[in-house]
Amino acid sequence: MEAMNIQGGAKQDGRYGEFGGQFVPETLMNAILEVEKAYLQYKDDPDFIRELENLQVNYTGRPSLLYYAEKMTKDLGGAKIYLKREDLNHTGSHKINNVLGQVLLAKRMGKTRIIAETGAGQHGVAAATAAALLGMECEVFMGKEDTERQALNVYRMRLLGATVHEVTTGTMTLKDAVSETLREWTRRVDDTYYAMGSAVGPHPFPMIVRDFQSIISKEAKEQILAAEGKLPAAVLACVGGGSNAIGMFHHFVPETSVKLIGCEAAGRGIDTLEHAATLAKGSKGIFHGMHSYFVQNEYGQIAPVYSISAGLDYPGIGPEHAYLHASGRAEYVPVTDDEAVDAFEYLSRTEGIIPAIESAHAVAYAMKIAPTMKKDESMIICLSGRGDKDVAAMAAYRGIQIDE
Amino acid sequence: MSKIADAFTNKKAFIPFLTAGDPTMEATERYIKIMADAGADLIEIGIPFSDPVAEGPVIQEATLRSLTHGTTTDAIFDMVERVRPTISIPLVVMTYLNPIYVYGADRFMARCKKAGICGVIVPDMPFEEKGVLIDVAHAHDIEVVSLIAPTSEERIGMIAKEAEGFVYCVSSMGVTGVRKEITTDVGSIVDQIKRYTDVPVAIGFGISTPEQAAAMAKVSDGAIVGSAIVRIIGEHGDKADEALREYVKAMKAAVMF
Repeated sequence: MEAMNIQGGAKQDGRYGEFGGQFVPETLMNAILEVEKAYLQYKDDPDFIRELENLQVNYTGRPSLLYYAEKMTKDLGGAKIYLKREDLNHTGSHKINNVLGQVLLAKRMGKTRIIAETGAGQHGVAAATAAALLGMECEVFMGKEDTERQALNVYRMRLLGATVHEVTTGTMTLKDAVSETLREWTRRVDDTYYAMGSAVGPHPFPMIVRDFQSIISKEAKEQILAAEGKLPAAVLACVGGGSNAIGMFHHFVPETSVKLIGCEAAGRGIDTLEHAATLAKGSKGIFHGMHSYFVQNEYGQIAPVYSISAGLDYPGIGPEHAYLHASGRAEYVPVTDDEAVDAFEYLSRTEGIIPAIESAHAVAYAMKIAPTMKKDESMIICLSGRGDKDVAAMAAYRGIQIDE
Repeated sequence: MSKIADAFTNKKAFIPFLTAGDPTMEATERYIKIMADAGADLIEIGIPFSDPVAEGPVIQEATLRSLTHGTTTDAIFDMVERVRPTISIPLVVMTYLNPIYVYGADRFMARCKKAGICGVIVPDMPFEEKGVLIDVAHAHDIEVVSLIAPTSEERIGMIAKEAEGFVYCVSSMGVTGVRKEITTDVGSIVDQIKRYTDVPVAIGFGISTPEQAAAMAKVSDGAIVGSAIVRIIGEHGDKADEALREYVKAMKAAVMF
């Protein structure tokens, strides 16, 4: 085997060091091989690239801003803080970056139906949006618990013409939504494309999602160099499966002076059983098509996980993050519900920006480390989504009932 | 020790599946003996996994029932060691990669051998990934059963050429579960498999009635029944002895026709 190309990520066999792979039932093997073949064919195709770039600029609204959070910087008294404003994308999160690419690919492959899992509903909304725009059928699988805590997004998906299936198996959250979408794909594969929302699952999905999300760091690197004349000391992103984080990290991976920090959901604390901190508390396993880390017991039973954030409430992590963790290139830190909610409120009051509760995990950790850093250093936080969807839940967390 | 091949020697095989620990480990031990005595030729013992992506609702629910009261892989091996000396047919385990990987593949295969289990079926380990288990399995004389699906097409030759034990031919698209009709032309898939291997081919997924079992056995070397058995156990709990005995007898008679 040739040496791992850390900049290019996955080699053709879909491995990141020891992690990754294609651990799916035989029924799906031809389907994922077909996706891999089509992706490798189209990713460098000028027409495909032109069509995607046109949508990124004229539909999503890219490039997204790199915003200097001056008040926050002054208040914390350390490193200069920049926010990569993925929350300003059409549909309100980074998820649209990936889904436009994948739905365009599906269309090129002759597929007519998109299926997708969703946790917080952001990927489901993005998938429903792309399907509406590009004329595809769309069915979204969402854990029943998540449909309840993210009711607004369920309605948005239906408004966009998608069918939303409530998943009532297992813990009724993101993990079960992924399992049920995989099951649906085995039922009907000929006309159907599984648009994986996070950088997880069997190869080639972690690679495809990484590539489409890497536009975040491609832009951010140019923007920070223009603003500061040098690289940032650190980039931060929240991590569930890890799609915004891998997108935020990708072009900084070869720049070893830049610290890469992924913020995992520690829920009620990593010393409780109610967290989703896969790298802090998990161990190696093979699940959802990939060899990676998972929160599980000594017999390999996947553990129920918990986070206030539906988008981070996943017991695994993408294989490239597993590799960046094992190799020491990136650092992964746990952030509790309390810290995330404080950061949600802090950013709202300080900068007038309401972040998604997922992204607030990264903001929370930035608040911890910024004061310890030098004033001539900078950091970029990936603000992966906006927080409108979370307002009612945050109010409830503070004991305030509001009518939606 | 019995081998998978024994199940197919001069006969069509009836292969029931049950989820270990559903409703209790004692019941599973008894049900294995009952099914063996009623004519089962090979039994698949399911080691439950929390998130079984290839299973339909019936086996998902059995998995949940079993795990909820604390079933462990060790307790399953202990149970198999107790029942093994009382029956003569071969036994295999069916589970997902994660329980094997986390237990330790070598330790897992060693315990299989010690318990008298002669094969493993791992639905989330396709041909390209079987390297994670195959050498350790062989080191302990455990055979690794390959699955072939209606979508396998040009992959059939590659998989069949390296098949061992038996080939598990998946009759239908989708997940496990009882189906009214099997619409795939599964006979032609079996014919394609047979071009590449002498290893027996058994058909599973969707089979519940004696008529279906007879039709599947007619075009292959045996019929595998999971959800229908698990459903009987689900309905009767730890009093499924008689219902299971009658069902297995009827199904065995059907495959012999």
